[in-house]
Amino acid sequence: MANNSTSLEARKLELWYRNFQALRDISMAIPRNQITAIIGPSGCGKSSLLRCFNRMNDLIPGSRVKGEVLFDGRNIYAADVDPTEVRYRIGMVFQKPNPFPKSVFENVAFGPRVNGLADNLEEIVEHALQRAALWDEVKDRLHKSAMELSGGQQQRLCIARTLALEPEVILMDEPCSALDPVATLKIEDLMRTLAGEYSIVIVTHNMQQAARVSDMAAFMMMEQDRAGVLVEYGPTARLFTNPKDKRTEDYITGRFG
Amino acid sequence: MSGHRNTLKTTTGESAPSLGWVRKRPLEERLIKWALLVCALVSVFTTISIVVMLVVQAAGFFRQVSVLEFLTGTAWTPLFQPQNFGILPLVSGTLLTAGIAILVALPIGLASAIYLSEYAKDRVRRVLKPLLEILAGIPTVVYGYFALTFVTPLLRNIFPDMIVFNALSAGLVMGIMIIPMVSSLSEDAMIAVPRSLRNAAYGLGATRFEVATRVVMPAAISGVVAAFILALSRAIGETMIVAIAAGSTPKLTLNPLESIQTMTAYIVQVSLGETPHGTVEYYTIFAVGLLLFAMTLLMNLFGQWFVRRYREKY
Repeated sequence: MANNSTSLEARKLELWYRNFQALRDISMAIPRNQITAIIGPSGCGKSSLLRCFNRMNDLIPGSRVKGEVLFDGRNIYAADVDPTEVRYRIGMVFQKPNPFPKSVFENVAFGPRVNGLADNLEEIVEHALQRAALWDEVKDRLHKSAMELSGGQQQRLCIARTLALEPEVILMDEPCSALDPVATLKIEDLMRTLAGEYSIVIVTHNMQQAARVSDMAAFMMMEQDRAGVLVEYGPTARLFTNPKDKRTEDYITGRFG
Repeated sequence: MSGHRNTLKTTTGESAPSLGWVRKRPLEERLIKWALLVCALVSVFTTISIVVMLVVQAAGFFRQVSVLEFLTGTAWTPLFQPQNFGILPLVSGTLLTAGIAILVALPIGLASAIYLSEYAKDRVRRVLKPLLEILAGIPTVVYGYFALTFVTPLLRNIFPDMIVFNALSAGLVMGIMIIPMVSSLSEDAMIAVPRSLRNAAYGLGATRFEVATRVVMPAAISGVVAAFILALSRAIGETMIVAIAAGSTPKLTLNPLESIQTMTAYIVQVSLGETPHGTVEYYTIFAVGLLLFAMTLLMNLFGQWFVRRYREKY
């Protein structure tokens, strides 16, 4: 049951791309204001699942979803739900930093602008950049192109861009896979700071990262027909030290994957 | 490459066999390089010769008529007495028809480009785009008579006082002709914008139209402006449609319902007529041609400057 401590909940979620079933029977509750990591071998559907949580899969022609994703007790796939509203309340940070080729300011202001929150933009932008621990580095170059920032700064800018909309959930799709170790640690620190106020779901195939940052961890795998399934889901400490499923144990001890 | 490296590795210590690093067919390679260079130079030389010819011949005109009179005069009657050599009526005719054409082609072309790159399914795009491009392949003489015999009568239902030969009809049809130029080149630029930028915008709750207009279009602006400039140059240089449908009455007006004459149509008129070589009337066409060339050149330079200034580099 969805309750106050649950932010998002998938119920019997299935995903197809045309005739290919990418996800089978996923049910899991994402806790509020904690970090949930989704781990698993390449191709197991981690990113597909993440993209189900804010209806990004809608944009892929031929994709189909069955089951429900409850957000604040409402199914985001219900007919009367506007996907753009879902995406504005459930933010997303992508694998490769993808700032717009605009100024730093315009990047952060983009979300508020398209969602009609154009008042006191300056305040919103500064606040978001501060939350993303980027303000001090960019406050003198707000109107320079975001493409001049380093990769790590760009990714924090993408996080700031999401924060500017004050989302309830932030989905992160391998946000550090294109970054060096120092930049990665900065992002991880940032995630820990944000966790108290936002529910964060991170897809990673770096198990150390999952162990370092997450409160809850989900392990996914693909079955014979390549459909992704949820193998095990529980508190990170427990999942990594005392996995219940043999497949989880094999994966985290490095026997495959 | 890797083959060479392997050879090097395995042959260390042994008596080195020939590594096969002899240049292959040096003569052929050099011939090919020169042949390619010559091809590249053909267009450069052609452009240079055209400019030289225009300038030399136009000089014959400007020995008799001052540049100031040519550029600021408001009457153009070189073929009648008293002769007047003010180019402004021809310029206004050219800008009027080209302006109407762009007013048609820019919104429709951009809308088509947005539809094709952001809304249309892959299958639809693959059919629709070539169909649109067919518009550019129709001979301009066909467009000319289409304007004169179909569009003009249609327009006269709305504007009964309109003259048979008029700027509006020619401009509209010219606009249709250059739609594919705007749409096709803009679409090429828009489709090249990385998927990741679109995802970023969708992820922030942008609608499809906001993604198209606030992210994709700005990122593709250099291609869009290039398309616009090319289309405008084409409209300014277009000859057949305006010669057939817009009339041959040089008139300093911006009223699209009137009969006008464009710079290109004037050149055709003189070329087809019986103007004797060496007369000032004959030299006018080079002066007009030179100005036409200068106008399109300026536009291209402006376009390049604009693109450099406003490009969003992704």
